[in-house]
Amino acid sequence: MTGVVRFWLTHGQELATLVAEHVLLVAISTAVAVAIGVPLGIFATHRPRLASPLVGIANVVQTVPSLAMFGFLLPVPFIGGVGARAALAVLVLYGLLPIVRSTIVGINGIDQSVRLAGVAMGMTARQLLRQIELPLALPAIVAGVRVAAVVGVGSATIAAAIGAGGLGQYIYRGLSMVDSTVILAGAIPAALLALVVDGSLLWLERRLSARQHVRSRRAVIAVAGVLALVAVGGSAVRAVRTGDAIVVGSKNFTEQLILGEIVAQAIERETGLAVERRLNLGGTLICDRALLNGDIDVYVEYTGTALTAIFHQPAAKDSTMVRETVRQLYADSGRTLLAPLGYDNTFAILVRGADARARRLATIDDAARVAPEWRAGFGYEFLERPDGYPGLAKAYGLTFRSPPQVMDLTLSYRALASGQVDLIAGDATAGLIKGLDLFKLEDNRRYFPPYDAVPVARASTLLRYPRVREALEKLGGRISASDMQEMNYAADAKHENPADIARQFLSRLTP
Amino acid sequence: MHGVEFRHVSYGFDGRPPILDEVSLRVGSAATLALVGASGSGKTTLLKLVNRLLEPRAGDVRVQGKDTREWDPIRLRRSVGYVIQDVGLFPHLDVADNIAVVPRLEGWPEDRIARRVQELLELIDLPPDEYRHRWPDELSGGQRQRVGVARALAVDPPVLLMDEPFGALDPITRRQLQQEFRRIQERVAKCVILVTHDMVEALTLADEIGVMDGGRLIWSGTPQAIGECDEPRVRALLDSVLPPPTGPAKAGHDKP
Repeated sequence: MTGVVRFWLTHGQELATLVAEHVLLVAISTAVAVAIGVPLGIFATHRPRLASPLVGIANVVQTVPSLAMFGFLLPVPFIGGVGARAALAVLVLYGLLPIVRSTIVGINGIDQSVRLAGVAMGMTARQLLRQIELPLALPAIVAGVRVAAVVGVGSATIAAAIGAGGLGQYIYRGLSMVDSTVILAGAIPAALLALVVDGSLLWLERRLSARQHVRSRRAVIAVAGVLALVAVGGSAVRAVRTGDAIVVGSKNFTEQLILGEIVAQAIERETGLAVERRLNLGGTLICDRALLNGDIDVYVEYTGTALTAIFHQPAAKDSTMVRETVRQLYADSGRTLLAPLGYDNTFAILVRGADARARRLATIDDAARVAPEWRAGFGYEFLERPDGYPGLAKAYGLTFRSPPQVMDLTLSYRALASGQVDLIAGDATAGLIKGLDLFKLEDNRRYFPPYDAVPVARASTLLRYPRVREALEKLGGRISASDMQEMNYAADAKHENPADIARQFLSRLTP
Repeated sequence: MHGVEFRHVSYGFDGRPPILDEVSLRVGSAATLALVGASGSGKTTLLKLVNRLLEPRAGDVRVQGKDTREWDPIRLRRSVGYVIQDVGLFPHLDVADNIAVVPRLEGWPEDRIARRVQELLELIDLPPDEYRHRWPDELSGGQRQRVGVARALAVDPPVLLMDEPFGALDPITRRQLQQEFRRIQERVAKCVILVTHDMVEALTLADEIGVMDGGRLIWSGTPQAIGECDEPRVRALLDSVLPPPTGPAKAGHDKP
């Protein structure tokens, strides 16, 4: 716990920004959901036959897991992609159901004699709605908004997966560094935020329904409105961003976070341009899509991954040939492959050091002999990728005691070390290989294609800012596999901050 | 010109017994008609035809000489005060604002509204200074009914519909309110249609009584004339509240 507090104290500025981003995401998405959901609910009460299908659709939307929803929205133009816009779209979709439902319940719950009195007194439909139905349904609607906002605080943590910021960043960063302090640093404020939102809207709801009196209600609504404005305004000022920044992306594991920082800091140092970081994006395809859409300007990819996972080409062995193929494919879609950083982060088939020594295992072929007694655990990507498990199993005739377990890549190192599984596929440069005494089996049949780490940037960005290209080219060939492994180790085992690790590395590079 | 006139009015739904069947009736522009009859006899439906909450299937309903279907419904409803069965005060508005609803809809200036609210509160015998800013949930049942009447009278509509306005009250309060209503009716002289279960109420308040049964108007006439009526269903209603007209001897004679 003291660790978490120390983390907050040293990251005060960042924490404030993330909280502000989080509040802003929830506030804007809830406001939009109210603006859409209340009229939709009113419409449904006037067309009773539409009400139940409408609530049904909203129900189905609500059951889609949020991560899947982000995935669905990736290719959708305008609202999709990565960044705050897509996150807002998802949060709005989640917020709609409770608001539509509570509006319907609130309006249908009005005493029939009250409604009849309004009609009989010669109110038009509009007057009835504004003077009678909405004021009387207000407490119910606020109850729906409360549910929407609290759900929003939770869902917004996942928005970090698509680079929308917010407290989820700490949670994802903590997960990828296997550092529970960082996870808690994000999770605790998120939970507190949910409690605060819940409590204040509950107070508002109680105030509104306790005595349905217009004058006091007006005062309550005014107070709540002012508070909301202050919160949103305050966060907007904090979260405001420089429009003309270079946006650096990264995937969501330690090495990528460090590389993202190295690229970002190199651009800052060499060009003086403002750099925005959208690190921790949820996977290869999200990064690729973001680069294509212009949501990010540059990130570091691995040539083998680009070849097979992004461009769906058959795996190849020769690293120069792979790089040139990928360079051409990127160029065709308006993107430029820069100079390779200097190391090959191939998949590493890992076993416990103790097993390797006891059973004299050196190659994957050696392991294939004992594998039928073993259990394996692989990340999602490795299980699916054409250069992943299916091909590996075929190439080496691998079979296990049970089908491989799917687990988070980063967690799989711990799972191996603690004996829950016996073989995993990690990154060759992973710091935890050293930290946890794991052993990398040799790919003696040369199954894996080369995975040279290399920055990819939007061609238009490089054209506009030639100095960004210079800065990135300067990194070419400067990071060795052991450099990378050491930096990963510093982050994963010694819990150092990726930004600090990157800073130290760059100052060693250019004294 | 009559305040309200029903001409051969029927109402109902296909394949079900009619709710109203060929009802014809006229109410003078300063007269009070009491509609009596059992629950489900069609009294409330008849009222709702007047302010076009419902439209007749056959025949026509004329308000101030004009067919309700030719009236703009909004105009019509603002010209017809309606005291509904469950009062239906707006719970989010105080007494003054409840009374002021129709004047506001009609765009009256606020000072005129304030004067009118004052006047009406005095009329219904609720001291304005004390009651103006009470909330409906701070009133007794009788006070709520009175505010309902005041609200219906607010823009001084020529026609007033009252659906069991004094029902659900204890007998003492009901008598008080009935007396007050008579006082009011003498002063404001409107075309009033009053739906009631209470035969005594009908006899005391109305200039004319209409007896409904199964969607039909089975008898209509003055309170004086109803005593002479031989129709058994009308007699049954009367017997519940009045001694038989020819004395106890005849009643004894009737016994088997």
